[in-house]
Amino acid sequence: MWRFIGFRVLQSIPVILVVITVTFFLVRLAPGGPFSAEKAVIPEVKAALEAQYGLNLPMFQQYLAYLGDLAHGDLGPSFKYPGRSVNELIAAGFPVTAELGLYALLVAIGIGGIAGVVASLRPNTAQDYIPMSVAMIGICVPSLLMGPILILVFGIYLEWLPVSGWGDIPGDKILPAITLGSTYAAYIARLSRAGMLEVMSQDYIRTARAKGLPEWQVVVRHALRGGMIPVVAFLGPAFAGLLSGSFVVETIFQIPGLGRFYVQAAFNRDYTMILGATVFLAVLIVVFNLLSDILAAWMNPRLRSQYGGGA
Amino acid sequence: MRLCALRLSLPVLVVSIVVSGALSLTACGDRESNVVQGNRAGILHAGNGTEPQGLDPHVVTGVTESNIVTALFEGLVTKNPYTLEPEPGVAQRWDVSDDGLTITFHLNPAAKWSNGDPTTAQDFVWSWQRALNPAMGNQYAYMLYPVQNAEAYATGKLDDFSNVGVKALDDHTLQVRLNAPTPYFLQLMDHYSTYAVHRPTIEKFGKATDRFTPWTHAGNLVGNGPFTLKEWRLNRRIIVEKSDTYWDKDRVQLSGIEFYPAENISSEERMFRVGQLHYSYTVPLDKIPVYRAMEDSPYVNAPYLGTYFYLLNTTKPPLDDVRVRQALSLAVDRERLNNTVLHGTNVPAYGITPPGTLGYQPPRVFDYDVEKARKLLAEAGYPDGAGWPGLELTYNTSESHLKIAVALQQMWKDALNIDVTLANQEWKVYLDSIDQMSFQMARRGWIGDYVDPNNFLDLFLCDGGNNNTGFCDPEYDDMILQQAPRAASREERYRIFNAAETRLMEQMPIIPIYTYTSNHLVHPSVKGKPSNLMDYVNYKYISLDPDWQAAQ
Amino acid sequence: MSAPLITDIAQAEQGTSLWRDAWLRLRRNRLAVLGLAVLCFFVLVALLTPWIAPYGYAQQNLELGATPPSAAHWLGTDIFGRDLLTQIMYGGRVSLAVGFIATAVALVIGVTWGAIAGYAGGKLDAAMMRLVDILYALPFMIFIVLLMVVFGRNMLLLFLAIGAVEWLTMARIMRSQVQSLRQQEFVEAAISLGLSPATIIRRHLVPNALGPIIVYTTLTIPSVMLLEAFLSFLGLGVQPPQTSWGLLISYGAESLEEYPWLLLYPGLALTLTLFSLNFLGDGLRDALDVRGAKD
Repeated sequence: MWRFIGFRVLQSIPVILVVITVTFFLVRLAPGGPFSAEKAVIPEVKAALEAQYGLNLPMFQQYLAYLGDLAHGDLGPSFKYPGRSVNELIAAGFPVTAELGLYALLVAIGIGGIAGVVASLRPNTAQDYIPMSVAMIGICVPSLLMGPILILVFGIYLEWLPVSGWGDIPGDKILPAITLGSTYAAYIARLSRAGMLEVMSQDYIRTARAKGLPEWQVVVRHALRGGMIPVVAFLGPAFAGLLSGSFVVETIFQIPGLGRFYVQAAFNRDYTMILGATVFLAVLIVVFNLLSDILAAWMNPRLRSQYGGGA
Repeated sequence: MRLCALRLSLPVLVVSIVVSGALSLTACGDRESNVVQGNRAGILHAGNGTEPQGLDPHVVTGVTESNIVTALFEGLVTKNPYTLEPEPGVAQRWDVSDDGLTITFHLNPAAKWSNGDPTTAQDFVWSWQRALNPAMGNQYAYMLYPVQNAEAYATGKLDDFSNVGVKALDDHTLQVRLNAPTPYFLQLMDHYSTYAVHRPTIEKFGKATDRFTPWTHAGNLVGNGPFTLKEWRLNRRIIVEKSDTYWDKDRVQLSGIEFYPAENISSEERMFRVGQLHYSYTVPLDKIPVYRAMEDSPYVNAPYLGTYFYLLNTTKPPLDDVRVRQALSLAVDRERLNNTVLHGTNVPAYGITPPGTLGYQPPRVFDYDVEKARKLLAEAGYPDGAGWPGLELTYNTSESHLKIAVALQQMWKDALNIDVTLANQEWKVYLDSIDQMSFQMARRGWIGDYVDPNNFLDLFLCDGGNNNTGFCDPEYDDMILQQAPRAASREERYRIFNAAETRLMEQMPIIPIYTYTSNHLVHPSVKGKPSNLMDYVNYKYISLDPDWQAAQ
Repeated sequence: MSAPLITDIAQAEQGTSLWRDAWLRLRRNRLAVLGLAVLCFFVLVALLTPWIAPYGYAQQNLELGATPPSAAHWLGTDIFGRDLLTQIMYGGRVSLAVGFIATAVALVIGVTWGAIAGYAGGKLDAAMMRLVDILYALPFMIFIVLLMVVFGRNMLLLFLAIGAVEWLTMARIMRSQVQSLRQQEFVEAAISLGLSPATIIRRHLVPNALGPIIVYTTLTIPSVMLLEAFLSFLGLGVQPPQTSWGLLISYGAESLEEYPWLLLYPGLALTLTLFSLNFLGDGLRDALDVRGAKD
């Protein structure tokens, strides 16, 4: 198992290098630089700005300089926000987004997992259709709609919850978590239902049943582990996706998270911030995909032996 | 069995989260809103668009930044928010020489920085050098160009700053020499790019011209305005509190302001509705009829110094033909557009200069006239749209630009039987298209930096950096650059401007659509925040009515 | 397993081919048939829209503005006074095309990629999956903007751009399925029989992993329809006066208090499509459950 993790960590180094390199040149190729503005910037000013940030150097030299700084953990100064370093912006935004993502995932697993498992026990009956339909609301109603609707109902008409903010007013984390989580609930419900159905028809479940175990024990002790494999494969990218995809929810609820910084950076052509956030995100994606692969391996009895049986 | 308990803990966790959430619901039901709390404590809660780019007066360029910078710093003069006339700022009074070329500012000896240092004339000389220094990359350096040799210094043609027309005669006397009489110069002294900054603070954190030092962060920033920076949390809020060292602190009635970067305008409107904000940065278009219909409506709408128009690329067919340009413009029913899609919020425009810009009225060269438009198009070789080569309208992605474009697209189709295709572009791509003139017709807006027709008319000089149309008329250039500044009187000057604008609108390199208005939601407890042409806020005038709640 | 399915299986024994069996079993699932019928109806309407739409899709009536449903406009009008029913019908053409084609692109790439990686294992698997990681991490928005600069604005690019992001998760799911299937006896039997890897993947692995794949696909279609709206904001995708469900919904969301019908009906169209897809997907999954059929 440790060997497997070690290999994957080694593999991730070139992954991150490629991401850095491609992104570095990609952002510089995109039309409109960081300093273009609605009122034309006179050439002297533009040249001075570029000189301050080293953009006047040959591109390859800029690239090497960036890698050098990166090796020291320095992601450079933000172009859009003078006086702020990219490290500082990520440090400000990431904890917020991670917390939001975690709550959202709990909501998603709570709603989606329960609905999926319950539905899979009596397929094509009311016990299937009702929980699945509830779980699907989240995907029919995208965040950009779910947010305002929840705010209108719970924030404005009922006046139960704050309409925006994060950690400012008690209860202001509830609606964003539900909004972001509900999209993923549908995926998890669908995937866990399908996974469970797949597993429930397999021999070892029949064996377990034949032994006379009560149904709930069959489900919990035998079926869940195998039935959740597709969910777990989905969770890795989903959590990484939550982090970059929380932009809409963060904007609607005025949450100072990384998602807003990341998308704004792309709109602003804030080269260093795009790169910094991309590198950071790449590391997270690698880590979460690795975690979900390990988890999937651990859950799959046949694969477990392949990785050395540990866990 | 132990394992089962462990696996079941997830649902248990979810249930406990739900329960704790439900408990916190009841807790916040009776919470006082920001507005009620703020009214009692004298704290203004203001919606402020996006996260400010920064707070360095020589770096920032936008309205959101300006709203905060003017609370933290003060220029030589300030403006009366009711009349926009200059009022004493750091300068107590000023004398203008008879030839209009020399202005002497007498600084208030009581003017201080927030660390207690006096604000001196030398501070201004040093700050203007910083603002103009080419290495600074100040995008608003041109605000100081009326000063003798300032432009030469800012573009690197002159190295010695002592040749620039600004001098400290003593600690409290600043003398400024101008290139030419500049009627709007005093207004510029209230623009943040001409503010003084605190030299020791800036030098503590780096070179004078470094853009990226943390000198503007909370705890570091030293300003000379009515408020000081208390807290700056990214994408969350900026809090300023009343300054003890400000020379006119007795007139400052607020004890603090909280600025919220409410990027999403629908979210901002909801924040206003539940009492989290005293006033909003803007109002979503679809909400305007609802608010307007209210009794004691918080909706405030006032003319704003800006014009919304379409740029026409006169270098490419079919728009290289003036008749086609005129036909397009004449076929736009501006009144109808404004009354329907725009909910009557704006003022239809027929020229580039907003009507009433310091008493100036733009000429009315044309009207909505479909018959004439059809005739012009036929003369240009496209009778009833026959043979029309197609035309693309470029705009940056935004719902309001889209709405206008869709309505006009159909107006052109109905009136002239021509097809116009729409192409929205992401902001920076759009800026690139404008700059490279790689468009046929493009949406554009221009907001004045100061109240003078010159600020709009000099856009279309042959080498104007914001011309972007290919329009070039030497006679027009002569009128704007030579004749108008030498005019003997304001009437004479406006007559020249009027003739120039008539020439411009006859050539029609742009299709004016409407004059902007400012749109805000303002809570009734906010006093002393009048509407004005520049949407200018002077925080000294604002007060909050603590009894507002009781009056309800 | 529920009783009806066992009879299905018994029937299937006599069938001649997998697909014929599946079809027979699908026909017995009433909800799946209903889903299929609704989808067919939508597709038919989309195809016939230019002839059956009550109004022209660009036909404005600015003075009328946004009005709630009435006899003249069954689903109301938007702020330009355009008929919403017509907008939804034309929007459906775009959304259904984008939803199905882009998802098909993602499906083909993702399933193939995931199956090969999962089957091959070892170095090839590692290399292929790390490429997926790289693509996950690249800034998608910048990528789209660049694509547009290079290739200009066109529908083909839209399908490719959407397919290019959506296949990644599909590949991961497929790979995890194949990995677990590969260890099973029937695959090992197939290998010992000397079947080529391509045959094993096509004949044994893909059919057995169909359950989660179908499910994920049915979920991808609606999210692709909404992604199209986001791409339209970046300038890719459809341009006004053309529209799509995603665009109608996102504009509707802006004025959901003032003009709720502008949101309700396009949302309903999307929801109906989604539910139909899911019922159909479930039915297909059950019908194609080859393992069940082989018992």
